[in-house]
Amino acid sequence: MVDLHPNKPITLETFTRGIWEENPVFVMLLGMCPVLAVTNSGANALAMGIATTFVLVCSSILVSLLRHRIPKQVRIATYIVIIATFVTIVDYVIQAISLELYRALGAFIQLIVVNCIILGRAESYASKHRPSKAIINALGTGLGFTIALLCLGLVRELLGSGALFGINIFGDSFQPWAIMILPPGGFFVLGTWLLLFSWMRLRKEGKPTSQEKEAGYHEH
Amino acid sequence: MNSPSPHSTQPSALSLIATLGVVALISGVLVVLVYQLTLPAILENRRIALERAIFTVLPGARSRINFALTAEGLERIDDQQTDGPRVYAGYDLSGKLTGVALEASAQGYQDIIRILYGYSPKCSCITGITVLESKETPGLGDKIETDPEFLVNFEALDGRLNATGERLNNEIVTVKHGKKSNPWEIDAISGATVSSKAIGRMLNNSAQKTFPLIMQQLQKLTQEES
Repeated sequence: MVDLHPNKPITLETFTRGIWEENPVFVMLLGMCPVLAVTNSGANALAMGIATTFVLVCSSILVSLLRHRIPKQVRIATYIVIIATFVTIVDYVIQAISLELYRALGAFIQLIVVNCIILGRAESYASKHRPSKAIINALGTGLGFTIALLCLGLVRELLGSGALFGINIFGDSFQPWAIMILPPGGFFVLGTWLLLFSWMRLRKEGKPTSQEKEAGYHEH
Repeated sequence: MNSPSPHSTQPSALSLIATLGVVALISGVLVVLVYQLTLPAILENRRIALERAIFTVLPGARSRINFALTAEGLERIDDQQTDGPRVYAGYDLSGKLTGVALEASAQGYQDIIRILYGYSPKCSCITGITVLESKETPGLGDKIETDPEFLVNFEALDGRLNATGERLNNEIVTVKHGKKSNPWEIDAISGATVSSKAIGRMLNNSAQKTFPLIMQQLQKLTQEES
């Protein structure tokens, strides 16, 4: 994940990397706890994605701004304080917007603090790059995470309650698959998506571009 | 990583403390600022949610007054006071008491279920329930919140007191689906017996304890109407 040229100009790749090549959920398998727990409906998935993206972007900006001031020895403690601040802010804002949403997301809002995607971005990207690049990269990763949550949330809501964002799709004759909105459903849908994504990547590898190969391997 | 300290290998403890101090200060200021800005909206949301629940279980109610239920009787409190069990008295447009909303809870299938239910002293009956907190199984136990056939049980569930006024004349019980024959019985949801029974149990426990007290304090509740 380490960018070898920190002063490289911002390219489209800075942004799209977190969405496709380094998608936090489908490629790096990070942040599985909220991915499985709060994706029982499209609205919950979207709210969780936005909340995480907000924390990711804000903490990346602050970490990037302070990157020359933070001594190496206390960097992790500093990052955690910064991340926890923005999580607390999100927590209050969601309570102010909707109590129902707050109840639906439950403890998983507070648990964004320990979401390894955010600490990972702070440590491996924001602390080594200027704020403009860090914002773009954080936005890309946040979007990648949100898309992944929505992939799960929409499928689970459609099958588990026959609706999309609360709007009934299949009509009353549809018998919902209750298992899909229960925890096991999260594993089923995640497994299916991972299968699909691995298959797509394998097919692409038949004709790989040089850039892709590089991005795919040097992070492990 | 770059460090401002002159000893580039080991920065002084003071600079470590200073860094953490500055970051903690920024953090504290941000959190307090957002807390102050969002507090009115959060309190307003809580009030709306509470009133929606109260007015659901007390048909006809348009305003409410909070009371704390203590051994000495009822004491008027405001929204901020949270100690002790609370009684919400609901009044209609003309200021007449329509009933009181009470909280009850019991162990369900997954976890504790908490409900708010309405009690009308006029008909000595329960007038409605709404679930405040439940983790019951989706598709089965969570029907206690939505199943219209089940909720009909609570439109006029008998809660009369016996001759001495110390206990319910008939215990509120949950019976098997389709076996309800008395006004104090609750018809269970088939496939969600444990959750249905939990509702019956919590209503009975709460009613046995509070209805006699409410009836003794009825004077006080109706006096507040003006």
